[in-house]
Amino acid sequence: MAEGIKDRVAIVGMGCTKFGERWDMSAQSLIVEAFIEAIEDAGIEKKDIDAAWSGTCYEEVSLGKSAIPLAVTLKLPFIPATRVENFCATGSEALRGACYAVAAGAYDICLAVGVEKLKDTGYGGLPQNDTQQGTTLRFAFPNFTPPGAFAMMGTRYFAQYGLSPQEGKRALAHISVKSHHNGTMNPKAHLRREITIDEVMNAPIIAWPLGLFDCCGVSDGAAAAIVTSPEIAKKLRPDPVYVKSLQVAASSGEEIMCTEWDYAHVESTIRASQRAYREAGITSPRDEISMMEVHDCFSITELTIYEDLGISPRGRAKEDIEAGFFDLDGTIPCQPDGGLKCFGHPIGASGLRMMYEMYKQLQGKAGPRQIKDPKFGLTHNMGGIPPLNVVSVSIVGH
Amino acid sequence: MAGITSYGAYIPIYRINRMTIYQALGWLNPASLLPGEKSVANYDEDSITMAVASAIDCLNGVEREAIDGLFFATTTTPYKERQNAGIIATALDLRPEIRTSDFTTSIKAGTGALISAYDAVTSGSAKNVIVCASDCRLGKPGGFQEEIYGDGAAAFLLGNNGVIASVEGTYSVSYDFVDNWRAAEDKYNRTWEDRWIRDEGYGKFISEAISGLLREYNLTPGDFAKVVYPCLYVRAHAGIGKKLGFEPAQIQDHMFTAIGHTGTASTLMILVAALEDAKPGDKILVASYGNGSDALFLQVTDEIEKARERRGIKGHLASKKDLGSYEKYTTFREILDIDTGGRGEEVASTQLSTLWRERKMILGLCGSKCRRCGTPQYPPQEICANPKCGAIHEMDSYRFSDKKGRLFTYTGDVLAFSPSPPAVYGMVDFEGGGRWLFDLNDCELESLEVGMPVEMSFRRKYHDVSRGIHAYFWKATPIRA
Repeated sequence: MAEGIKDRVAIVGMGCTKFGERWDMSAQSLIVEAFIEAIEDAGIEKKDIDAAWSGTCYEEVSLGKSAIPLAVTLKLPFIPATRVENFCATGSEALRGACYAVAAGAYDICLAVGVEKLKDTGYGGLPQNDTQQGTTLRFAFPNFTPPGAFAMMGTRYFAQYGLSPQEGKRALAHISVKSHHNGTMNPKAHLRREITIDEVMNAPIIAWPLGLFDCCGVSDGAAAAIVTSPEIAKKLRPDPVYVKSLQVAASSGEEIMCTEWDYAHVESTIRASQRAYREAGITSPRDEISMMEVHDCFSITELTIYEDLGISPRGRAKEDIEAGFFDLDGTIPCQPDGGLKCFGHPIGASGLRMMYEMYKQLQGKAGPRQIKDPKFGLTHNMGGIPPLNVVSVSIVGH
Repeated sequence: MAGITSYGAYIPIYRINRMTIYQALGWLNPASLLPGEKSVANYDEDSITMAVASAIDCLNGVEREAIDGLFFATTTTPYKERQNAGIIATALDLRPEIRTSDFTTSIKAGTGALISAYDAVTSGSAKNVIVCASDCRLGKPGGFQEEIYGDGAAAFLLGNNGVIASVEGTYSVSYDFVDNWRAAEDKYNRTWEDRWIRDEGYGKFISEAISGLLREYNLTPGDFAKVVYPCLYVRAHAGIGKKLGFEPAQIQDHMFTAIGHTGTASTLMILVAALEDAKPGDKILVASYGNGSDALFLQVTDEIEKARERRGIKGHLASKKDLGSYEKYTTFREILDIDTGGRGEEVASTQLSTLWRERKMILGLCGSKCRRCGTPQYPPQEICANPKCGAIHEMDSYRFSDKKGRLFTYTGDVLAFSPSPPAVYGMVDFEGGGRWLFDLNDCELESLEVGMPVEMSFRRKYHDVSRGIHAYFWKATPIRA
């Protein structure tokens, strides 16, 4: 019986670029910026790295396929290098590859890098690609965008729990206002200004019922992590962060093909988080998790994540949201760095960016947004759309 | 006895008032104002999709396995090479062991296809042949033709059993009379002088065909309950019948002021309207127009009462929305070259080998149904999607296109490119099981509700002009009243 990887891997160095419209930076330059911060933070040299994972989603823009661009950019000396891709959960997948390799005892020190250069398409939003769901489904899928695919979860959630569009949108607005507030305290965040409930409610609609401020930033950026064994970690620094759990769940197809699934939750989040809690030894997440960085690609996504992670009761996340439970000074601060909403969402980097915030918070280095004495940090990184997705849930701590 | 065993029709939901067109471009041609409105295909509709819609109306209650031929008549084939009838047959999920043909290049092609189908079932070489006629013609902006041409389709099933109107005789005349023409390189129709068309074309050929038929079968105008023929000119239409000796009450309405002239479909759509009101024992005389004329003499039988459950002409005429804008009309017809934005320009190449392999899934909207647990699922699966089952290779093909559904959730997306934003799409749960995400059309976002009933409609998914591809798939629409 497999035991999982709890406390068998430590994060000893992390780097993250400023996210945003980095018109003057290529994907390669972003990688270098994140990488240098990570190895300096870990106090290692390039030659100490045994293997590397490169996470990038949209190969059509910037880097292209394979891990070769990562290896060439960093001049890695013929070490094992692998590219991973799992839609927006790509960054977590790069970290998982590196951590599992250390946990397996295959290598001492591994590098995970995630990067995305989204602002080279010439239009707003994510790159349009007819064949993202495959060349067969291309013929049969609606002409959708991510906001629309998640907006349908809003329509359904409102209908299922009897919320009028105004009531529902107001609860969602709280989520965005909170993240914008946190983002003002983060110099690396893409969007750094306070917004009001009224601004969110009155913003132009992107995909009904979601408006502009219900959608996260589309950004350029990169993030990197150096992981190693607990033994080596203790020699490198006094405050390594230990991996308690890294779990992933992918849709089985029953959501989009059978009629049981309600489109008001993400089944993979439930499955991945339950496995993560088990691996980490957490029995009551609402009482034990100290802070979270979740996949708030859209405000409705964050609302349903609260319930799917078992933090808020089913159908009642609105009460927690409106009570300030997830605010920076609340019981479980969520998105202390501003989240995808304000830090921004360079796809391949986002999972590692979430971990960067948990890592800094656990080390007490989060500056004005520092959370008091956090014990367990959780990251939730989702790729795909509510009916077809892959979700990664990670838990880290001291 | 051979003849028509079922009928169906389709008129797009949109109409444009001719005054709307005139207000936009009447300054170019102040004398061009015509009365009434015309039907306008949605941006994702063309001759093929309208033909499919009329065929679905026609095949209500008909076992599709029984059909062994499909003839498609139109002058607006989306493809000049790639059989359009074959696309329609695949969309209808007809079996492959059938004969299919396109009848084209004259608006007389509709009756040509009908007579050929009649000949096939009479000779015994086919038992049940469906004929679809549709057109979606373009007149140049600012001209008469733009106000004249409407979009629509009609379908007839011909066979030997359950005949609702037997074909008792035909009479044809064919002339190279160049009144309307469109060369291979033309997008718009061209015409010769309308007085000449009215008097020497419509005025002579319809009369010649009808007189010839009456003479041949020793009949008089008084023998017929209804006479069906088209005409571009409202007053001349009445005059043709009058001159032949028909009373005004015998002359079936031309629908010119309601939908316009629907080309190849026109005569057949008027015939559907006549059949909707026909009584057992009625005789109907039909004459088409276009480079001559085909006349048919039909005898309505007692079986007509069994074919009433159709949306037909009446249902489609009553269900309409005003398009309201000439600019929207010209955008829908790809006359106005709009700025689609960078997102709208991104069209990947279409994998035709994939389309061939998955034709039943894509064009036929066929999924699979598990023999073990009975779960319908789309797209077709090898391994059952029901988590409690998981059977491997125990699937039968299952057609979703004829199933009604409920809108489980939806959105109106402003970011996605659409010629008619917002792009509306949602998840459809089918009656009997199965669900999928579909584009929605013929509806406004504000009119949608979770749980509302929807039906499936064959539509053009995209038009990749640079690669010459019209790609088709199914969309959901609110159930049309």
